[in-house]
Amino acid sequence: MEKIYDLLILGAGPAGITASVYAVRKQLDFLVISKDIGGQTAWSGDVENYTGYQFISGPELTSKFQQHMESFGTKVIMPEEVKGLKAQDKQIKVVTDKSEYISKTLIVATGKSPRALGVDGEKEFKNKGLTYCATCDGPLFKGKPVAIIGGGNSGLDAVLQMIKISPKIHIVNTASQLTGDPVMIEKVKKSAVTEIHNQARVTKIYGEKFVKGIEINQQGKTYNLEVEGVFVEIGLEPNADFASILTKNQKGEIEVDCSNQTNLGGVFAAGDVTNVPEKQIIIACGEGSKACLSAFKYLSRN
Amino acid sequence: MNVKVYSTQTCPYCHRVKDYLKSKNIPYQDFDVGTDSAAREEMVKLSGQMGVPVVTIDGNLVIGFDKEKIDSFLGL
Repeated sequence: MEKIYDLLILGAGPAGITASVYAVRKQLDFLVISKDIGGQTAWSGDVENYTGYQFISGPELTSKFQQHMESFGTKVIMPEEVKGLKAQDKQIKVVTDKSEYISKTLIVATGKSPRALGVDGEKEFKNKGLTYCATCDGPLFKGKPVAIIGGGNSGLDAVLQMIKISPKIHIVNTASQLTGDPVMIEKVKKSAVTEIHNQARVTKIYGEKFVKGIEINQQGKTYNLEVEGVFVEIGLEPNADFASILTKNQKGEIEVDCSNQTNLGGVFAAGDVTNVPEKQIIIACGEGSKACLSAFKYLSRN
Repeated sequence: MNVKVYSTQTCPYCHRVKDYLKSKNIPYQDFDVGTDSAAREEMVKLSGQMGVPVVTIDGNLVIGFDKEKIDSFLGL
């Protein structure tokens, strides 16, 4: 007979890891399944608003989380990607790219990922000039012209990072003006190397072995920009495609009540993948703990 | 065993790869491709791509922090 867990936790970011800490304390028979550890926190720069740490980097905070979790003997099953959920007779089946698991309760804490452009050449040139992590790959484009797609804070962050090392930075922005913090906009506009293309969309990424340029459409007019690097910074989307049996809001976030309960009994969700207002590391942690306590209560009642 | 890590200072997964190798007591050579342009060219030539980290283990290529691949090339 297949093993039935008390709890499965999907995702090992702040929410999933915190849920695992509580699951140990409640002595639940559980597993954590994830494609990585830390989620967006692992990619974050400086964290200055996590209580107890006046200053800590994202990767450092991630290893603190991981150490805390592993100190209880919890190991994450990874890399494994969830493909689907099935509700069956008071149990939930989780289907991944490698296996299947059955549990009485579930916490979905799969977070968010960078949004893709969805244009020709995007997949082909990923890591061949196109990147979703300016923080990681930015220094590789020293001395090269680049395009930064997105005029919000994350886009402007990438611009400010590249200003010192790139001779030409094109900013491609769908809105009629940049939308990030005024302090950042001022710095970006002051720089001699930046050129802002407002009300413009990328329609194609082209090149040979590596990126040679992008085609953009600005209010009906199409033209090319010759760049060797393309940084996509157009926001995030919830990692919840596999959760088709759960109710979501217009943004695709899983809807939960204040006890992290989804529309399905025994299935809870926590952190950035949910409709909880404000996406913060400290909030995701709190939500993860709440979701686990709710799962524990559900188990004691059912 | 000859282990090389091509990384940037700002990339979280580069730190994780290096921490992992340290935890297994594997000595490695570290190349900062953000500042060392010769190493950057070598990395692009070897891996055919521009994302970090790239690890080579006795000539075997690993792109990204792929723990399973790293373990198999290290014989762990």
